[in-house]
Amino acid sequence: MGFLEHKFNDNIIVGQVDKLIGWARSNSPWYFQFGLACCAIEMMSAAAARYDFDRFGAMPRSSPRQADVMIVAGTVTMKMGLRVRKLWEQMADPKYVISMGSCATAGGPYWQHGYHVLKGVDLVVPVDVYVPGCPPRPEALLEGLMKLQEKIKKQKTLVKIDE
Amino acid sequence: MTSQEIYDILVSQFGDSILEFSDEPLAEYIIVDSKDWYPIAQFLHDDERLVFDSLMNLSGVDFGKKADQMEVVYNLFSMSHRHKINIKIQGPREDFVVPSVESVWRMADWFERETFDMYGIIFEGHRNLKRLLLPDDWEGFPLKKDYEVQEYYHGIRVPKVKPKKLN
Repeated sequence: MGFLEHKFNDNIIVGQVDKLIGWARSNSPWYFQFGLACCAIEMMSAAAARYDFDRFGAMPRSSPRQADVMIVAGTVTMKMGLRVRKLWEQMADPKYVISMGSCATAGGPYWQHGYHVLKGVDLVVPVDVYVPGCPPRPEALLEGLMKLQEKIKKQKTLVKIDE
Repeated sequence: MTSQEIYDILVSQFGDSILEFSDEPLAEYIIVDSKDWYPIAQFLHDDERLVFDSLMNLSGVDFGKKADQMEVVYNLFSMSHRHKINIKIQGPREDFVVPSVESVWRMADWFERETFDMYGIIFEGHRNLKRLLLPDDWEGFPLKKDYEVQEYYHGIRVPKVKPKKLN
């Protein structure tokens, strides 16, 4: 922090508030479990002991009101698409969306003949991270979460103008 | 009981309403008239010789525009007598109305709703005939041969399906 560094006692840390907020937010991305199909199994596996989402501070929540991240895991049908939107709207800001697997990203195997499948969840909600795979392995989802954490860390909460 | 015997019992009871019989192995079926289907169904369920107490499956078939024909197939099984038979009802592709047998076999409830959902076949007398799988405000019946996907659903674009030509 340039000229302010080492001007105070040792127990005073000088830094940017944005960075503090970004650090805090990125390390507790509580996710809204949105398991819709087989991707949900991989998501559960990623959350369980072997891959352990908890070490990133990611906790599964069953209510959109307590969640920061929505992991859309699985095939989103047209009928469900409206519900996805509604639940996303109920989440408190700041909110993020991870689109897990090829179904949620682009319709997957239902791309051509699935008349009832939403061709990408980004048609109804803004997506931050896409995780490819059918279904993606837990490692892939972990990487997706880490990418999201990087994104959250870079976000500026208080400074609105780019320097 | 063989299919031939079941057919004979039905013919002696209902006569002209039993239209066709095929005893091709593994695909034995009886085609019945849709007008008399409800009493026939009750008879199949209640008669002591038949006792078709289980409706294993109910499905629709669309034969396309050229044939202008649709079909409802009932797969019946008797738990006590261990015999089975397929019943078919044929009709036109548009406004095909079949009497509901939901009050005879409770399993028919959701089967009939699904068949209505996919083919638009009306089951007259069903207590709650609405779509089972698709949303209530969906347009069209997807398993019909001439089905075209609607362009928008609640403002969400539904990409048009262009079937690839297979040689």
